Amino acid sequence: MSEDSAKPSAPETAPDAPAAPPAPEPPPLTRLLQEQFGERVLGHHAQHGDETVSIRREGMRDVFAFLKRDPRCAFDLMIDLTAVDYLPRTPRFEVVYHLKSLTVPHRLRVKVPVEAQAPEVDSIRELWIAADWYERECHEMYGISFKGHPNLKPLLLYDGFEGHPLRKDYPKGRQQPLVPMRPVKERYDYGERFQPVEHPHTPAVTLERQES
Amino acid sequence: MGMKFPFADAYVTTKLDQVLNWARKFSLFQYPFVTACCGMEYMAVSASHYDQSRFGAEIPRFSPRQSDVLWVVGTVNQKMAPVLKRVYEQMADPKWVIAFGACASSGGFYQNYTAVPGIDRIIPVDIYIAGCPPRPEAVLDGIIELQRLIQERGPHGMSGINPRQTKEPLVLSRD
Repeated sequence: MSEDSAKPSAPETAPDAPAAPPAPEPPPLTRLLQEQFGERVLGHHAQHGDETVSIRREGMRDVFAFLKRDPRCAFDLMIDLTAVDYLPRTPRFEVVYHLKSLTVPHRLRVKVPVEAQAPEVDSIRELWIAADWYERECHEMYGISFKGHPNLKPLLLYDGFEGHPLRKDYPKGRQQPLVPMRPVKERYDYGERFQPVEHPHTPAVTLERQES
Repeated sequence: MGMKFPFADAYVTTKLDQVLNWARKFSLFQYPFVTACCGMEYMAVSASHYDQSRFGAEIPRFSPRQSDVLWVVGTVNQKMAPVLKRVYEQMADPKWVIAFGACASSGGFYQNYTAVPGIDRIIPVDIYIAGCPPRPEAVLDGIIELQRLIQERGPHGMSGINPRQTKEPLVLSRD
């Protein structure tokens, strides 16, 4: 290879292997966080000028406080707070935060991986009050608790709803009706997408045509 | 005999039922139970371009006690289902129900933990207007179909307390 002949003194790990290109410079926000918090930044990537960092769950409140208060970051808006369930993978959940600054023209996505055994992260409600309802929704849909949130009761789901519906192991067709559902002759077989309801007063669904 | 009554051609002889059904079908007071995006199309149908008041179905009475037709417009979730049932039960006979849109007819594209797969799981439905959202012309077609239903079957649609007719719903599918 041409690079091998140009640098004869460079050590070669394998014959005919080209020299590794230098690692790309991390984008500015990522670099700033790495300087401040070092090994708490687990990973990063960037696309079209928008950056994403993964940070460790322990001490995440300091990272977020830095992101909000430091004038180079100045993230005064929390745009979104949600979670993703990567079920066969450990860590199982990842809580995703989207931050935006009104003064400095940048956005940031922060991801915090969370294990399934103790799904708990710190609440960022004192930093951004908008996180209040987002954390309540995330808690009821995924079961992730937010330490320090004063009022973590369900926001969208109703009393008597069991389970965390956006987890990957919640059965997709399960209905939990509040009023008994009427028996209807269906012409379409939904299969496993709509399971027979569990309300004690509801008779089973009958199919008008048995062929699917 | 050669003698003509004055205004003889102004009288129409018919059965009382038909007159009453004619009056009912052209004076439908509606309760638009709008929950989601189909409400936009409902508003479009009410507005001047498509104008459902041409068919007598103009006034939305925002009280179930004052309306004949319950328009269920948009997705109904399990959390909303008791509300819908209560609103339906508060309406006085004769009453009809129109399931407007795919979500109200069958759950639409939602097959999840919360969308009711069709409001006929909760209340009896007379007319289904499919579409996501349905074209205003399809909605007007549904109104006309409801009027035909009222004229032919009388005040007892799917929900009459004294059903005299058959109980099959009419399905209006426009894909």
